[in-house]
Amino acid sequence: MSKLVVTAVGPATSVQDGGRYGAQRYGLTPSGAMDRLALAAANCLAGNPMFGAAIELGPLSATFTARDGAIRIAVAGAPRSAKVGAHDVPLLQSLTLADGESLTLGSARGEVFSYLAIGGGIPGVPMFGSLAVNARAGLGSPYPRPLQSGDELQVAAASVSGERSIALPAKSDGPIRIVPGPQDDEFGDALSLFLDSEWKISGTSDRMGYRLEGPVIKHLHGHNIVSDGTVNGSIQVPGNGQPIVLMPDRGTTGGYPKIATVISADIGRFAQIPAGRGFRFKAVSMRDAQAAARAMDALLHSLPSRLREPGGFDFNIEALQNANVAGAAVNAFDAGTWQPDNSSGHQP
Amino acid sequence: MAATLSPPRILPSGDAAITVEFSRTIDDEANRRVLALDRLLMTSPVDGVTETVPTYRSLLVHYDPLRVDYETLGANLSALAQQPPTQREAARRWRIPVTYGGEYGIDLEETAKALDLSTETLIARHAGATYRVAMIGFTPGWSYLSGLDPTLELSRRLNPRLVTPAGTIPIGGVQAGIQCLAGPNGWHLLGRTPVRTYQFNREPVFLLEPGDEVIFYPIEAKEFIERDRAAEHGEIVAELVAS
Repeated sequence: MSKLVVTAVGPATSVQDGGRYGAQRYGLTPSGAMDRLALAAANCLAGNPMFGAAIELGPLSATFTARDGAIRIAVAGAPRSAKVGAHDVPLLQSLTLADGESLTLGSARGEVFSYLAIGGGIPGVPMFGSLAVNARAGLGSPYPRPLQSGDELQVAAASVSGERSIALPAKSDGPIRIVPGPQDDEFGDALSLFLDSEWKISGTSDRMGYRLEGPVIKHLHGHNIVSDGTVNGSIQVPGNGQPIVLMPDRGTTGGYPKIATVISADIGRFAQIPAGRGFRFKAVSMRDAQAAARAMDALLHSLPSRLREPGGFDFNIEALQNANVAGAAVNAFDAGTWQPDNSSGHQP
Repeated sequence: MAATLSPPRILPSGDAAITVEFSRTIDDEANRRVLALDRLLMTSPVDGVTETVPTYRSLLVHYDPLRVDYETLGANLSALAQQPPTQREAARRWRIPVTYGGEYGIDLEETAKALDLSTETLIARHAGATYRVAMIGFTPGWSYLSGLDPTLELSRRLNPRLVTPAGTIPIGGVQAGIQCLAGPNGWHLLGRTPVRTYQFNREPVFLLEPGDEVIFYPIEAKEFIERDRAAEHGEIVAELVAS
């Protein structure tokens, strides 16, 4: 076994996987990755099952170090700088950290969450079939809490095989699609206001819920309903009229009316919107929402066929760096936004 | 008895869940229909349904949209919800010890005053009722109970407390509750129980099922401490009794 040492991480870093299902009737929320597509891409690169456990990183920078042997890793999700020692390395490509080498990830740019997958996965004791951290319920393995500097994960020693990259389709930057309900009839014309307005995500958002800032959405009959069940993407509107989109660490039931629900195909894209950036919602029919769910499933299942040998059609990073006569390292996948790593960087 | 029951409202909760709503208010008969549909889906599984969440007034049905579409499942659930219940299973009944007042129930005296009752009468009425677990939600093991004595109904606190202890026994509005984990609570805190309704590494992990009956009985603080220690080591410290 090798060890992945958590050398330095920000607060929103935890082991997550596809989630913990089957006990919502007892108040146990599913947890799991905020962006399942990014989790699946990282795992695919590392040769793991799609929804196996990986390290979910929030917007801040982080450093991990290999000990007692080499480790194969891959990072997908938010654009950010990545370095092994002083050398830039690409995201969306597997790489092997030699014993003693450190991977340093910069703060996220334009998105929020990244996934660090480790070849062979994260060994742990599943609780209700999942390693995902749910700190409130005391669940998660190997640590039932967010990761802290100094934590160590026992992981598989890297096996000898070629590295690979993955070609993902361009992400939509269109509106976040919703289906109205279940309590849209509690809002009357305010549903139009909700759909016609620009929204921003508040900085006080977390894995339980994203608070939205925008016009006040008024209820027709007050803001207390008798609690009923929630889903990932439920958009509840509390008394102050500022909606909250419920995320994977949500309460399983809630007592505020829910004006609409983000469709399952868009919840990961929604989770990646940083605080302060304007975005809009768009209502779609149930037929279109379920077609989008099938399209997302097809995309997830196409990931293995999207793996490539690095250096083929893609940029050859080493060659690019060697050819860079100015001597400034350039991340070919993020060249447009490259800037010196700044560990005190922005935070949504 | 009518051949079929009134149709529930079938409401979309996104593209992977349906809310089957029997009432908009807290309603005992609606909750019985929720629990009956929930049992029916457990005993006769419907293709595509992945899990269910019963609440006071509705059943949330999570499903896999790759296996069944909204229209088909909605129609199916509506039809199932209108079937008169076959024979009702006898509910399990739990006796749950509670230490009332003092540091265990910091709102006991204030609540008694607000209800114009003595603390003894408040305890006797809270412990004198038979409750039903109407739903479990919000956080693991948080059990919402119906059956509160109507003379104990009191609006929730204006300022919810952000941290209340594990095992808190509160009342709020027409509801009683058992809060398992420490966390926020806007209800009136009458006491604490050493019983864990959720405990990982214990069998069963979740003690109560929606539909179970619950009765409370008072214990002294000294006994609380002993049973709390036993519960910490995995003992259930609640009793199943014949209903």
